[in-house]
Amino acid sequence: MDVLIALWQGILIALEPINLGLAVIGVVVGLFVGAMPGLGSVNGVAILLPFTFVIQSFTGGATSPMIFLASIYYGAMYGGAISSITLGIPGASTAVATTFDGRPLALAGKAHVALVVAALASFAGATVSNLLFTGFAPLLADVALSFGNPEIFALMLLAFATFVGLGGDDIPKTLFSICFGLVMATVGFDIISGEPRLVFFDLTGFTHGIRFLVLAIGVYGIGEMMWTINTSRTGTNMSKVEVTFASVVEAIKQFKQAWRGTAIGSALGFFVGILPAAGATPGSLMAYGISKMTSRRSAEFGKGALDGVAAPEAANNSASTGAMLPMMTLGIPGSPTTAVLLAGMVIWGLQPGPLLFTDQPEFVWPLIGSFYISNFVAVAVNLLFIPVFLWMLRMPFTILAPLIFVLSLVGTYAAYMDMFDVWLMVIFGVGAFLLRILDYPLAPAVLAIVLGPIAEPKLRQSLLLSDGDFSIFFTRPIAGPITVIAILLILLPLLKLIRDKLRKTA
Amino acid sequence: MRVAEIVTAIFLGVLSIYLMWKSGEPPSWNPDVPRFANIGFIEGEGPGSGFWPFWLSAIMLLTCIWTAVNWYRRLTPASQSSEQFLDGYGKRMMLVVGGALFGFLALIHFVGFYGAIPVFMIYYMRYLGSHGWFLTFTVSVTLTVICFFFFDIAMRIVLPKGYLEPLFIPLYNMFL
Repeated sequence: MDVLIALWQGILIALEPINLGLAVIGVVVGLFVGAMPGLGSVNGVAILLPFTFVIQSFTGGATSPMIFLASIYYGAMYGGAISSITLGIPGASTAVATTFDGRPLALAGKAHVALVVAALASFAGATVSNLLFTGFAPLLADVALSFGNPEIFALMLLAFATFVGLGGDDIPKTLFSICFGLVMATVGFDIISGEPRLVFFDLTGFTHGIRFLVLAIGVYGIGEMMWTINTSRTGTNMSKVEVTFASVVEAIKQFKQAWRGTAIGSALGFFVGILPAAGATPGSLMAYGISKMTSRRSAEFGKGALDGVAAPEAANNSASTGAMLPMMTLGIPGSPTTAVLLAGMVIWGLQPGPLLFTDQPEFVWPLIGSFYISNFVAVAVNLLFIPVFLWMLRMPFTILAPLIFVLSLVGTYAAYMDMFDVWLMVIFGVGAFLLRILDYPLAPAVLAIVLGPIAEPKLRQSLLLSDGDFSIFFTRPIAGPITVIAILLILLPLLKLIRDKLRKTA
Repeated sequence: MRVAEIVTAIFLGVLSIYLMWKSGEPPSWNPDVPRFANIGFIEGEGPGSGFWPFWLSAIMLLTCIWTAVNWYRRLTPASQSSEQFLDGYGKRMMLVVGGALFGFLALIHFVGFYGAIPVFMIYYMRYLGSHGWFLTFTVSVTLTVICFFFFDIAMRIVLPKGYLEPLFIPLYNMFL
């Protein structure tokens, strides 16, 4: 009851005109930033962090600036789906999985359906996550605390295993793609020993490593566009979509077909989101994989399944709230964006950690209240702007393609301020296009370059702990079952092959 | 497509071997350390710096061999296909689109983003898209102006301007 009273008071503070106004502005900015290829929630939050000092000087507290940044985070999670669906380019790594089915739906003239399903699944995921956050915060914080290095590495392994076991692509090519992404993630300096690694041709540009966006925009911006130009050939319109109020209402009705993906994504996303250093990207990919694995219509995945859009979108929104939990209760960020938010809290004079809920309730509960408010604002703004997003699809391809090329180049530069990265991105893009012709799946490489910097230290620290004994991943009560499931998933195609051969011989 | 499949597998296999070789490189400040000393478990330190990339590259090499075996046994669609890897349209597209992208990149070093963006847009829309001059100019100029106000003014992300830098000083004085 105390929690409900505190939450209600928090919501009332979040509904004060200044905070509500900041939430609306934050969501709109977040939607735009999230939808722009090359800019994600972390860019938006990081770039706008200095602006919050202006807000703090007006309001005098840390609550309003934090509400503003959290709203950007929310909006960006919704916005990532917009570019995934309409342009086929994930606005952020969290929306990579949305591309798998969102893009085929858009190409089939159902972009409005995909956008509505993405918005409603995001709303459902965030709502479930908000309720879990409010009700079970202390308990879930304990669960997250019990995860050590072997458990987190096992979880990473599971994320990769879903691609091998459930991806449906050529297995050696999928494995190559995963390993290539992981190796590219090691370029630069080894953070444990401090030794330089894989600095090709002694180019200084490689010393800072190959960033996620360089590979992601190369693959999904340049490579995707070249692939589309090469395969579409007509060069007129990408697709024609009639959007009316009735069609959006009809799309809302179709959302009930995506309840499974939404439910899986909402629950799984929150759980993965609260794990330190996991976050929305593995959450969305795992939700997609599990939805596909458990679906009776798994063959439709990758071709425009509504569950395939709903699961990752529900998961990434759910995970974004989940990631706030260890950040606020333990001082451990669950994602890069929450790391920036954590930095903001420290700058504003707050001490994130277990005592925050008891020492600073006037900060915590309005912030949690703003999660609920921002969620309503985000879904409303998102649904209202669907015709604007679909307008992008009606553009002749000879206008859309150069626009995407320009946004990809500008976005890559804006993210890192380094022309070396822009050159590298274009080279990756052309390479991705050529590999795609030969059926090399590229999404696993993009996932791997995101998770690589997390997975490697966890593996090495685990092995240091066990004195080089790999059994540490099998003998611990939580890591063991996760590792076994991951190995079974990796072996799944082989088991299917054996089963098919046995059936043929029988 | 069949030739491209095996050529690509060989190329990626060679790349994997290079990555294995490169992963075992000793640090430049300690050349006495033998190559590949860092790919195993170092007592008291745990796995060395080359452990993770070396063994991943080794898996990459194995997957390339696996792909080559699949190619030999004609198990994959690409290894069975008699289609061209890139037909005439694809080759032309690579040249006019891929070439334009590298031209765009090179141009940025001389005239910056705000000089290269309109040139690229005009090339693409007018030359490849055959759009009218009015639409081409409108889109090119609008995009450049939006990029400037969004990145340079609102977000304070200064994009490179090359030799056009002096032209932007009055705009900075006006808006910043």
